[in-house]
Amino acid sequence: MDFLRPATWEEALAAKAAHPEAVPIAGGTDLMVELNFGRRRPACLLDLGRIGELARWHREKGAVRLGAAVPYREIAAALGGPLPALAHAARAVGSPQIRNRGTVGGNLGTASPAGDAHPALLAAGAAVEAASVRGTRLIPVEEFFTGPRRNALAADELIRAVRIDPAGGPQEFAKVGTRNAMVVAVCSFALALDEAGRSVRTGIGSAAPTPRRAREAEEFLAGVLAEGGHWEDRRPPPPSAARRFAELAAAACAPIDDVRGSAAYRRHAVAVLARRTLDRTWTAYRGGERCA
Amino acid sequence: MNAPAAPGGFGGVGESAGRPDGRQKVTGAFPYASDLRHPDMLWGHTLRSPHAHARLLGLDVAPALAVPGVACVLTARDLPAATHYGLDLPDQPVLAEGRVRYHGEPVALVAADHPETARRAAALIRAEYAELPGVHDEASATAPGAPLLHPDRADRYAALVPHPNVVHRQPVRRGDLAAAAARADVVVAREYRVGMQDQAFLGPESGLAVPDGEGGVDLYVATQWLHVDRRQLAPVLGLPPAKVRLTLAGVGGAFGGREDLSMQAHACLLALRTGRPVKMSYRRDESFLGHVHRHPATLSYEHGATRDGRLTHVRARIVLDGGAYASSSPAVVGNAASLGVGPYEVPAVEVEALALYTNNPPCGAMRGFGAVQACFAYEAQMDLLAAELGLDPVEFRQRNALSEGSVMPTGQRVDSPAPVAELLRLVKERPLPRPRQWETRDSATGARRVEPRALPGGLGRASRGESVVRGVGYAVGIKNVAFSEGYDDPSTARVTLELSGDEPVATVRTAAAEVGQGGVTVQTQIARTELGVSRVVLAPPDTGIGSAGSTSASRQTYLTGGAVREACAAVRAEVLRRARERRGRPADGPPADGLRLAEGKVVTAEGEVLAGLAELLEAGPVTAEREFRHRPTRPFDPVTGQGDGHVQYSFCAHRAVVEVDTELGLVKVVELAAAQDVGRAINPRAVVGQIHGGSLQGLGLAILEELRVDAAGRVRNPSFTDYLLPTVLDAPSMPVDVLELADPHAPYGLRGAGEAPTLSATPAVVAALRQATGRALRRVPVRPEHLVGLAE
Repeated sequence: MDFLRPATWEEALAAKAAHPEAVPIAGGTDLMVELNFGRRRPACLLDLGRIGELARWHREKGAVRLGAAVPYREIAAALGGPLPALAHAARAVGSPQIRNRGTVGGNLGTASPAGDAHPALLAAGAAVEAASVRGTRLIPVEEFFTGPRRNALAADELIRAVRIDPAGGPQEFAKVGTRNAMVVAVCSFALALDEAGRSVRTGIGSAAPTPRRAREAEEFLAGVLAEGGHWEDRRPPPPSAARRFAELAAAACAPIDDVRGSAAYRRHAVAVLARRTLDRTWTAYRGGERCA
Repeated sequence: MNAPAAPGGFGGVGESAGRPDGRQKVTGAFPYASDLRHPDMLWGHTLRSPHAHARLLGLDVAPALAVPGVACVLTARDLPAATHYGLDLPDQPVLAEGRVRYHGEPVALVAADHPETARRAAALIRAEYAELPGVHDEASATAPGAPLLHPDRADRYAALVPHPNVVHRQPVRRGDLAAAAARADVVVAREYRVGMQDQAFLGPESGLAVPDGEGGVDLYVATQWLHVDRRQLAPVLGLPPAKVRLTLAGVGGAFGGREDLSMQAHACLLALRTGRPVKMSYRRDESFLGHVHRHPATLSYEHGATRDGRLTHVRARIVLDGGAYASSSPAVVGNAASLGVGPYEVPAVEVEALALYTNNPPCGAMRGFGAVQACFAYEAQMDLLAAELGLDPVEFRQRNALSEGSVMPTGQRVDSPAPVAELLRLVKERPLPRPRQWETRDSATGARRVEPRALPGGLGRASRGESVVRGVGYAVGIKNVAFSEGYDDPSTARVTLELSGDEPVATVRTAAAEVGQGGVTVQTQIARTELGVSRVVLAPPDTGIGSAGSTSASRQTYLTGGAVREACAAVRAEVLRRARERRGRPADGPPADGLRLAEGKVVTAEGEVLAGLAELLEAGPVTAEREFRHRPTRPFDPVTGQGDGHVQYSFCAHRAVVEVDTELGLVKVVELAAAQDVGRAINPRAVVGQIHGGSLQGLGLAILEELRVDAAGRVRNPSFTDYLLPTVLDAPSMPVDVLELADPHAPYGLRGAGEAPTLSATPAVVAALRQATGRALRRVPVRPEHLVGLAE
């Protein structure tokens, strides 16, 4: 197995162009497990650990530009203000050791339907900055997941960063796991309210072949909120609307039965999480605060 | 190893002396078996069957042998002597020949100069299978025309079983069941199921086999019982036992899962064939396939009681899935049958327990050993009966509780303390933990704060307090201590007292496997107390001394502790003889002269120092070796189950307090309080550690831990990603009450402590879940689906 260690981003892109079969590795929290279990044996690993810029984030034209290798610990500690759903998701990842190593870039690269960051990125309307020697493109995150553990990257592309607009209103993230820590999501759900845009966005994890938005649920809720004047008077949407929102969120799922949970339970749980996250975000909106 | 004394103490019996290996284990310096190295060693790897039942039509090993670095490939054809082994029945092939009976069965072995080379070479072996229909439960295993796992059985159970796919069956009958049932005012009958729990020890199966150049082999291995390994190994290697020497390597947990052979024979065969040291160390996924598990069980119970809350009768049928090979299934059956009604006085009993042969993974020993499955069922029944009678569940249990002098369903009289009612009282009278501990108010602003770690679902934020309901449940259990049914399981200890420099040092040598339980600590404490010396050294356990028996069945402090104590007593007698001789007293003077050893001196009854130990040892070391036995037991009658089958009983009670997110079915166990009688706490801190560990393992079975086997017998979750052990956020607060009511038959009055807490934790947690949700929950582990009503 070849092990490439580029020192700069340009070297990394050149290496990926020269070795399109090379598998990038940052924290290694997914890939090393695959290697140790003998499930994968890539001919070549591309270690991104020497490229310092990947482990940093900054604000750019208002948005957060999150380097692909920023660890979850840093997201949880530093980005709860602009990116509350992603920070909540970061706290739900694995164990402290995994949060020290694991990265959003790695989560996206693996593109598991159960990746904890994905629902939060979907709800926040993130865009993936994919780069190659040919240039850079922005991929809206809902177009990024193309199948179970498949993504939209070309063979010569690497994930450099994720661009995420700061929250324009309360956001929530909730994850169901059978164990109270260190658990792969049975299902998860993220919800973002955008006060200025009068819009609602969602993300569903681990309940379909890919992470996905619940678009009908979003449109339904946005309609209820607008028609009822809820954005203005901050009254909560009626319970019947919350129930319908939850039903539509469940209907957006296409789950499977596996050792972690049944399809029926996943649908049920996504509905519960949708209702609860709506309740929590609206409570925060009424209080003029973000969800802490 | 030299155990530190407790701060300010001498480090003798009754003190919480520190572990001799504690610092090394905490700092990561402790060498486990997986850390073994030898210059020039090869790495062994096992090719395993991907099928649960198949004809093995052919094995082409040529592609593996062609890989550079491969030294040797072995299949069943290469076996030099005995081809089968087993703890009880030798029914398990060393390597499959012609047929595989479970997913993961070893088929071929490879030795190579690198572990990765060995793995990749094994994958190149062309194994040709023709899948066969399998049997996976009682109905399919005993159906007409069912494939027989072992068609030509001639073992000692074969003549008595109702079907060749039943390993062993044990009935227990006492009293007039029909008459008793007729007196019952209330009867409840239900069926319960227990899933397949795994020991999930963290240190994988590992060992190093080193050929001695003279045809023999030295094996350094993580095991629970060196001598039973050797008993099975020597015939397989075709060697006399003296040429097969075992030394204990660092053991990272056991819980029963290391009682059977795993890599032992394979590594030795490869080493003897290649003439080079061979190391084998399983990966996690292989470990889940490479050891026996706890028997899954289906249990049908009928309980009756009179209106005044007295049990009339229990009828029970316990079907255990033993998987493809016998392992310790017969003894597990004996336990399930004889302990199947629990710690209660029942006038009439009809129990039948049996273990099946199936094409599921082999099951054998795991902490609790047949008593765990039964306890889940009988305690659920006790709650149902109490509810039917309108009685408090604890009060109902206390009315029927076993006590000293009670007679078990086997006819055995309980002849030492059995404080069942008292243990229940202790857990019940504890103050309940404060409700909604996850919620606080900021004292200044009044703002609500939520601590997600204390909520069901933890940091996932599934619940911020929504739909959280509390439940409280109780349970109590009974476990036997040491080997039963006439089995002779002595332990041997050799103790030497000698001068090191000018200081007396005791060296204790046994073959007892330290698997994490703290045997090394208690042996040291016993030597200190018996010999009055502070410096005690433990020799490494090996087969150079007689057997210590297994580190299992809650027996090692009793048996090896007993052996160390007797060997120390013999050493002490010789030292005192020297002292009397030196001071002109009668040399073999009566014990009544009151001489004793304390703080390195011989002291008279009046407290006068007669001699220093050092001066007495100048004449040479004093050594004694003793074999210690518990009192004999008898087999259970094959028809009635009557017989004094058990050495000692052990009791623990639990109260579980849970909080359930009733919409999502997520659980936080808030508190799991335990009360246990240990007869005498040789090391109180170690006792509490055992109770904590057992309680948590029982909690794991209640809500998390299950090795999932699909309908075709394949293991679906052989990893710590999906075999869910409790984490620290799943571990509740665990207050413990320890009683010390001496058993007059046991050394120091002690009662084996390691297993009892595993039994009652599971039913206590599930009882609490039932109270919180109102659901029947007749299967463990309880999954979120069950708690929200989306699965039975």
